[in-house]
Amino acid sequence: MSGTLLIKNGHIIDPANGIDTVADLWINDGRIAGIGSFEGEQPDQLVDATGKVVCPGLIDMHVHLREPGQEWKEDIESGSRAAVAGGVTSMCCMPNTGPHIDHAGIALQIVARARQVNLCNVHPIGAVTKNLDGKELTEMRELSRAGCVAFSDDGLPIWHAGVMRKALEYSASFGFMVIQHAEEKALTKGGAVNEGWISTQLGVEGMPAAGEDSMIARDIMLTKLADARYHVAHISTAGAVELVRQARKQGLKVTTEAAPHHFALTEDEVLGYNSDAKMSPPLRTEADRLAVVEGLRDGTIEVIATDHAPHHEDDKRCGLSCAAFGIVGLETMLPVSLELVRDGVLSMSDMIAKMTCNPARLLGLDSGTLSTGADADVTIFDADATWMLDRNKLVSKGKNTPWHGKQMTGRVTHTIKAGRVVFSDGVVHE
Amino acid sequence: MKTIKHLFGIADLSREQIEYLVNMGESFIEVNRRSIKKAPTLRGKTIINLFFENSTRTRTSFELAGKRLSADVINISASTSATTKGETLLDTGQTLAAMQPHVLVIRHSLAGTCEFLAEYLPNTALVNAGDGAHEHPTQILTDLLTLKQTWGSPKGKIITIVGDIAHSRVARSHLLAAQKLGYTMRVVAPKTLLPSQIERYGCEVYHDFDAALPGSDAVYMLRVQTERLTDSCAFPSIREYHEAYGLNAKRLRAAGPDCIVMHPGPMNRGVEIATDVADSLKSHILNQVEHGVAVRMAVLAALCGGQHEEKSTDSGKPLSDDKAQGSLA
Repeated sequence: MSGTLLIKNGHIIDPANGIDTVADLWINDGRIAGIGSFEGEQPDQLVDATGKVVCPGLIDMHVHLREPGQEWKEDIESGSRAAVAGGVTSMCCMPNTGPHIDHAGIALQIVARARQVNLCNVHPIGAVTKNLDGKELTEMRELSRAGCVAFSDDGLPIWHAGVMRKALEYSASFGFMVIQHAEEKALTKGGAVNEGWISTQLGVEGMPAAGEDSMIARDIMLTKLADARYHVAHISTAGAVELVRQARKQGLKVTTEAAPHHFALTEDEVLGYNSDAKMSPPLRTEADRLAVVEGLRDGTIEVIATDHAPHHEDDKRCGLSCAAFGIVGLETMLPVSLELVRDGVLSMSDMIAKMTCNPARLLGLDSGTLSTGADADVTIFDADATWMLDRNKLVSKGKNTPWHGKQMTGRVTHTIKAGRVVFSDGVVHE
Repeated sequence: MKTIKHLFGIADLSREQIEYLVNMGESFIEVNRRSIKKAPTLRGKTIINLFFENSTRTRTSFELAGKRLSADVINISASTSATTKGETLLDTGQTLAAMQPHVLVIRHSLAGTCEFLAEYLPNTALVNAGDGAHEHPTQILTDLLTLKQTWGSPKGKIITIVGDIAHSRVARSHLLAAQKLGYTMRVVAPKTLLPSQIERYGCEVYHDFDAALPGSDAVYMLRVQTERLTDSCAFPSIREYHEAYGLNAKRLRAAGPDCIVMHPGPMNRGVEIATDVADSLKSHILNQVEHGVAVRMAVLAALCGGQHEEKSTDSGKPLSDDKAQGSLA
């Protein structure tokens, strides 16, 4: 976008460049032009960021946009609107669409549609196996050329050890990263919630932590064998965090992400059969939650990603065991993550890094920074603003959130995409 | 005592409420033994029994309980309901509730069915007649009436429950009742048939049936669903299961001379219970069935009695406003 934009007097935090200072941010022709004092300049547009944090536009590397195939749950446009409402300017969409993102045509279609919507960068994640059926590898090089930034069968695990080995070896040959939805289905089949005291009381089948841990343990061994890059999606158990920690100590290229619900909530949320607290992996115990928090603190978990999984009311309003897995996350990512800062787990800069430069580095994205010359993707938020979350006011088509009616602290005030204000004062600007 | 609006499970009942229902049930035993089995208690009331799972004794006893108290009783089973045409549970519930019954008695394989429906059916009393592996409160009230008739009070007694605890709503409801009424539950099963952290109910956990028998005042056998054998490798064969966990005369003798035998039905003879035991004088299995009608009369009477005052300002709206909006979005 041509023209100039001055963001005045904000608390600028750019972890990529180690910047943490109160200053002005100058944007020219859609790119970052500089950080400093721009007193006396006459910008085309001015945003007063006094008392607010100004950071690179957030990146959410784990989103389900549902297009093509399930547009009644979400589509690229509604998902992009939800993203910028949550301060997210780049997101990765998972391939479990219909058809799947297992061939270049679908990836190209998604990228083209996202450009048309022109609110948020959308980077597809390509499928690891054709039809997500865990048997034959996709054409990863072609998918990469079509815009895919990593590979996953998310929603489903790559369950077959032999296929996983080949997927890791093949992807490593070209520097690609495999993202695993770690769930041993033989252990979790029929499960709706974490296996434990809560599942026993509810009389609902559980998904044991061992279902996640055992697959990650296997995958770490395969990652070592293949000398590959392996990323654990939505880590949720104490055992899994420790497995990743030890793998990283050995120098393996193992990374992971945590979803806000897994570090903010526990399985207690499902008491009363609350299907808006049902997702996979499920909310776990307090001990697991604390282990995820510790993993975020000590750097084992480098990324915060939402696993934004919009569903239609019909798919949730049928009882806990029948309800679809997943909750929306784009619009609650920042306020929920800010709890980590308020609790002293992370510095503001470290929290922002996990949603900007860290995922950018893992995925090879140019975004997630306020470096001069970079695309001016910027998020401005008031870390102390309190508001009540009303599910009906969510921008996403999905209203499935466990935070309905809860008080949130921290609110995005402006989202700027390539120099253009795409969200401000609670309104998305097309 | 707090009035009872719904009956979801033993978890929601106080000790006083449990005792109240059991005592009222006891008073109805006599009605069932009369030659003219009719009392006017529920005249003008409508009760719908909505059964999505097969049932002989629960459905029949609810039907008899309603009819003997002069209510109008309708039975709907899954095979005759519109669910076979794709109607959702919620729509079926709302449809029936729109016909203004006083009580909807529901059995469903989905744990939490009543909790789920209650949110949308504010004006209908819901009775859980068994929901998945969650609760089966009227069975436990039935058992407590049987124990009252046998022992006076279950307090301090030891009930040894044996079988597929993991998938048993009866076991869970009993474990909750034991905590409230002060009796001890011993659960007996291989680990494959026990749910996670069962000991947190405050029960004693055994894998060796013979070790659990001495001191037991009642042995409560659960049906083993043979489909578990193929579905989940829960046990290797019926033969080995019966050998390890079946109740036979020899085991019953080991429990002591006063130990009684219970079973919620349906029984698999030769699997969890040997015929000579099932038919022995120590078996209270048919008493349980008889008391089932009486206790369900008490439950229906309690729900209809407590409901009159609350109904006067009902608007009959099927969904709250925010729910309706959400479904349109």
